[in-house]
Amino acid sequence: MEHYISLFVKSVFIENLALAFFLGMCTFLAVSKDVRTAMGLGLAVIIIQGITVPTNNLLFQYLLRPGALAWAGEQYAELDLSFLGLITYIGVIAAMVQILEMALDRYFPRLYHTLGIFLPLITVNCAILGGTLLMIQNEYNFPEAVTYGFGSGVGWAMAITVLAGVREKLKYSDVPAGLQGLGITFITVGLIAMAFMAFGGIQL
Amino acid sequence: MQPIRRVLDAVKPLFVKGGKLQRLYPLYEAIDTFLYTPDEVTSGPSHVRDGMDLKRMMITVVVALLPCIYMAMWNTGLQANLAMQELHLSSAPGWRGSVIAALGSGYDPQSWWSNIVHGALYFLPVYVVCNVVGGLWELLFASVRGHEVNEGFLVTGVLFPLTLPPTIPLWQAALGISFGVVIGKEVFGGTGRNFLNPALTGRAFLYFAYAPSMVGDAIWTAVPAVDGFSGATPLGVLASANPQVGMQAVLNNLSWWDAFLGTMPGSMGETSTLACLLGAVLLIATGVGSWRIMLAVLIGAMGFSGFLYAVGSESNAMFRMPPYWHLVVGGFAFGTVFMATDPVSAAMTETGKWFYGILIGVMTILIRVINPAFPEGIMLAILFGNVFAPVIDHFVVQANIKRRLARNAT
Repeated sequence: MEHYISLFVKSVFIENLALAFFLGMCTFLAVSKDVRTAMGLGLAVIIIQGITVPTNNLLFQYLLRPGALAWAGEQYAELDLSFLGLITYIGVIAAMVQILEMALDRYFPRLYHTLGIFLPLITVNCAILGGTLLMIQNEYNFPEAVTYGFGSGVGWAMAITVLAGVREKLKYSDVPAGLQGLGITFITVGLIAMAFMAFGGIQL
Repeated sequence: MQPIRRVLDAVKPLFVKGGKLQRLYPLYEAIDTFLYTPDEVTSGPSHVRDGMDLKRMMITVVVALLPCIYMAMWNTGLQANLAMQELHLSSAPGWRGSVIAALGSGYDPQSWWSNIVHGALYFLPVYVVCNVVGGLWELLFASVRGHEVNEGFLVTGVLFPLTLPPTIPLWQAALGISFGVVIGKEVFGGTGRNFLNPALTGRAFLYFAYAPSMVGDAIWTAVPAVDGFSGATPLGVLASANPQVGMQAVLNNLSWWDAFLGTMPGSMGETSTLACLLGAVLLIATGVGSWRIMLAVLIGAMGFSGFLYAVGSESNAMFRMPPYWHLVVGGFAFGTVFMATDPVSAAMTETGKWFYGILIGVMTILIRVINPAFPEGIMLAILFGNVFAPVIDHFVVQANIKRRLARNAT
């Protein structure tokens, strides 16, 4: 149990997808103008991440890994399908996003309309694919993948909520003309990431 | 004072709109309002009548910092003189040696005067460099963007040098204050519009950019012309100590009272808890610093370190540090009193201040005890708190709205 808690803490704070690896920047910068929307998107990412990482883990374990197909018979034991990895993961992510989109449209139309184009764009959000690839790279087993997927989603959601809070506050700032909009947001993200370096170096 | 008024009035036409030097009006305005009460009145529609304005607030903070500034000079000198005595050095080389020789103050650690002089020769250059460089940036932005030079800079200009070690190269001090003032504050529009404490932003930048001279596990006693005189701060000693020895490693060199009074090596202004407490009394009495934040940081830090102390650890000696020791070592008191309470970057709502403070307290202990990369945590913990403050405020405000809606629903 302790192992999973430390993995969770690690994926939320220490290896935060947005602020330590700078993944998923496009949506991170674009949908962080107010806290409510940011939290909605964060929730969507938690759900997608929590489903796709374990699913991809199963696919990797039982279909794609070198020698994964041994369960299907002797003659397939040599097969290595890992070259199909990227396209499979993206396919899974796209399907999941599509389902989530339909669900949101049906049950939370308001959130659906605020998120707009950014919801389908989660498909190509590098944080989502990054989560899967990091999971593969770290060779997590299935329970670990569940923990990691959920944790990294929570970390990303927390980061975007914090950024949205700061940006709401910065509405009252007097930013030089050349830096308005994305420019100051980049500086803000950099400063927030500096504060998050507090966790860098913790061994769990 | 009359002649100065006359000079100021005489040159005023040069600076007002249409004058030759109108771009430099902020400089004129800053000098004028620094020396005299401004004759302008509020131009906006709100008419809050209160003697408390930005100027008085910032000056109060500077006054509250005086005990720390005094300790910065005296203690830096004391540590340098002690180290010289230990190494049997009779005089300091370079310009510091010449000045000390000219003043005849000597190097006696027992002598108050010689400690003050020696320490001032380390503190004042850093202080002057920070204020000149930072002031130039401030003036440049004020001139180009047409806002005033604010007293806020005076506070940053005192806080920043106090967090630096005495051995810091002056160019690093200049670089740090530049980053703090420009990236930490001016790009957001100046005083009151930033979201991180500018002094800490500059300090953290130096910390990550020039780690070897800033890390904080080795001591920074300023010993002239001797390389390799090094020891460790109490936090550094404990972090690397054998868990079986634990606190004893620290107690060998330092008593709690020494740490409380501040006669130990460390960053210039942060060693003395007593000096910070004096500042805290003034800040709380005048209402400039929030007592809620200070108390909340204290609660967070005491609670979490007490918990870790009770849990204990086989491999990490930091767990063995009793909570009351955490108060007096490192920059905890200084950060709690002067940095966490910065009204611009702290949480604004009263409920939010409790959460904000507790978050900082817990994070400080977490970084100190659990993170082996950083022996001291208060700086990053406050930056972390600053980052979370707007979100905390947001939720507090939302909760208030919800409660009022519910109350008036009938």
